[in-house]
Amino acid sequence: MSDGELATPFRQRAGGAMKDTFLQEALTIATTKFIGLRREAFAGFPEGEALRDQARAIKEATLQDLDRHLETLIANVERLGGHVHYAATPAEARSIVVDIARRTGARMAVKSKSMATEEIHLNEALEAAGVTPVETDLGEYIIQLAHERPSHIIAPAIHKTKGQVAELFSRELKRPAEPDPEALTRIARGELREKFLQADLGITGANFAVADTGTIVLVTNEGNGRMVTSLPRVHVAVMGVEKVVPSLTDLMVFLAILAKSATGQKLSVYTSLVQGPRREGELEGPEEFHLVLLDGGRVAQIGGPLREALSCLRCGACLNVCPVYRQIGGHAYGYTYPGPIGILLTAMMEGTPAVKDLAHASSLCGACADACPVRIDIPRMLIDLRREVDERKIAPWTERVAFKLLARLLQHPRLYRVAVRAGRLLQRPFAGSGRISRLPLFFGEWTRTRDLPPVASRTFQERWASDKDLRA
Amino acid sequence: MTGRHASLMVTCLGDLFFPEVGVSIVRLLGKLGVTVDVPADQTCCGLPLFNSGYHAEAAAVARRTVSLFKDSEHVVVPSGSCAWMVKHEYPGLLANGALARESAQLAARAHEFSQFLVRVLGVTEFTSAVSGRVTYHDSCHLLRGLHESQSPRTLLGKLKGAELVPLTGADECCGFGGSFAVRLPEVSSQILAKKVANIEATGADCLVACDAGCLMQMGGGLTRKKSRVRALHLAELLDGDR
Repeated sequence: MSDGELATPFRQRAGGAMKDTFLQEALTIATTKFIGLRREAFAGFPEGEALRDQARAIKEATLQDLDRHLETLIANVERLGGHVHYAATPAEARSIVVDIARRTGARMAVKSKSMATEEIHLNEALEAAGVTPVETDLGEYIIQLAHERPSHIIAPAIHKTKGQVAELFSRELKRPAEPDPEALTRIARGELREKFLQADLGITGANFAVADTGTIVLVTNEGNGRMVTSLPRVHVAVMGVEKVVPSLTDLMVFLAILAKSATGQKLSVYTSLVQGPRREGELEGPEEFHLVLLDGGRVAQIGGPLREALSCLRCGACLNVCPVYRQIGGHAYGYTYPGPIGILLTAMMEGTPAVKDLAHASSLCGACADACPVRIDIPRMLIDLRREVDERKIAPWTERVAFKLLARLLQHPRLYRVAVRAGRLLQRPFAGSGRISRLPLFFGEWTRTRDLPPVASRTFQERWASDKDLRA
Repeated sequence: MTGRHASLMVTCLGDLFFPEVGVSIVRLLGKLGVTVDVPADQTCCGLPLFNSGYHAEAAAVARRTVSLFKDSEHVVVPSGSCAWMVKHEYPGLLANGALARESAQLAARAHEFSQFLVRVLGVTEFTSAVSGRVTYHDSCHLLRGLHESQSPRTLLGKLKGAELVPLTGADECCGFGGSFAVRLPEVSSQILAKKVANIEATGADCLVACDAGCLMQMGGGLTRKKSRVRALHLAELLDGDR
């Protein structure tokens, strides 16, 4: 999202999303489907619960010793003939990839789905350097044609209905397209085949990197990831430093729960294990392989309040179950990573002030923590972010004063009783029918769509104090 | 059952907006032979402060509450979210203060209302105050915080004079979320609208929940729509045999 769009307050962005009837239809269908599939996948897999704990423990242990695991990974990738680059910031990561493209004379880059390259805004940088990026994941391809950004971590075009995609294809590809998923996929495949053969550069993310073996792991469903890593002369993988896992045995634990959490599949259709460039005697694979390790705010959180978020597998399960995401979709959040985990990742990457409103974009219902394959306590960290927003006085002063007054009132029962009496007086013009349906000022935020019970004519504690038969 | 004693933590919403819930609890427990006391000068557990990030203030409120209930044998709490606050957040908030031990003890002695009936007292058979069909909404803190989905359903399932019917999406948030409901009222209201539609589709006469916050939200949505479905706290429904 551009800075201009971010200038619109979050509440208004959310409001706009809820008025978009196409988005509402698409969101309801997709998230409901994902929730059901995930539930079924785990219902038939009783070992899943223990594996979730194990996966989390592996992530924790790896973070504990991240330097060592990264060193092992780097050594093994280099041993296999690959090159490893370290990028402290998105800007560094962009220039590393652009330099590789320039040096190798690349004109076209095919990409498989990667949130890390979205995070660093790689496509714009490639275009500026005269390299045409082509997204080859169907969802990414759709949003690239539409000049949009992903609205979901694993389903980037989740906000579009098939009718909208058909319209988009007809317009952009200048050929008739029916709103039939199979026909649309066939059209995209036809377009993309050529690109795979033309491209000089293949760019991917990485779901995992196995330190012990120097293996990059891509979990996909369309097989495009395999084409991107094998057809072009050069393959560049961009990944956050936290994606390293120690061994292939550890990898198995994650693969057992990742697809179940993400799409409800037992395993994804393709799990591609990529080891360096083509070796002597091999028939396929790139001539050059580069791994770009991205910090981008992650390393500082190893010992920071957002540490738990570094265990995230980017499965998107927390988005599907989040009542807020399900109403507003991904774009309204305004940053690369949407949904509950996205708020934490945005805080990690952009700093706490960026999420002063987003930190409150949660009812703290806990569905996210429940769905998270590695049990990240997202609500807890959202509360901690709210706390930081308050303590650093990023929250509006009016709000801080209101909460301090509330705190005072709740510590002094005499004040509490005065407030009860004041409430009864003030509600009089509005509580005629026994329900309050209209209130002025800030209180109208509640009563616009909901009734409010009036403060009781006698509170429970007043009744307890005076009604003898109650205490009998 | 004789000789049991319990203190009622009525909660701010229970005190101010739903006094009849407290009355029902006192009456029900009395009939079960539990003597009930209500420590004076209760205000609020501090959850609204805690969830909005005002933790020093929440700790100050928590210290008051712990002092009020420190001698109680059992503390009965009519809202899952307040019970969760006392049981799961108080010990951490007060870990380094003078009341660390007392807060840990209170956490162990505090029980959400349905859990107190089923898991502490072991009573499950009641007569319904409302005849007809009832449906149950899982409040988030009770379900995912206290991991309780069975106790209220056991009570409702055995309730004389009422039939429990399932609610689609019973485990999904109603959109209340404390200050969330007024910070993002449009989002909160749309979540509520879907919840109300699910409630009405059950054909139930009565919606039951175990949290005053959710009841304020869903009850407010139902009456605004002039729905025939009434929102009631579990205690009000169990209090039929007067």
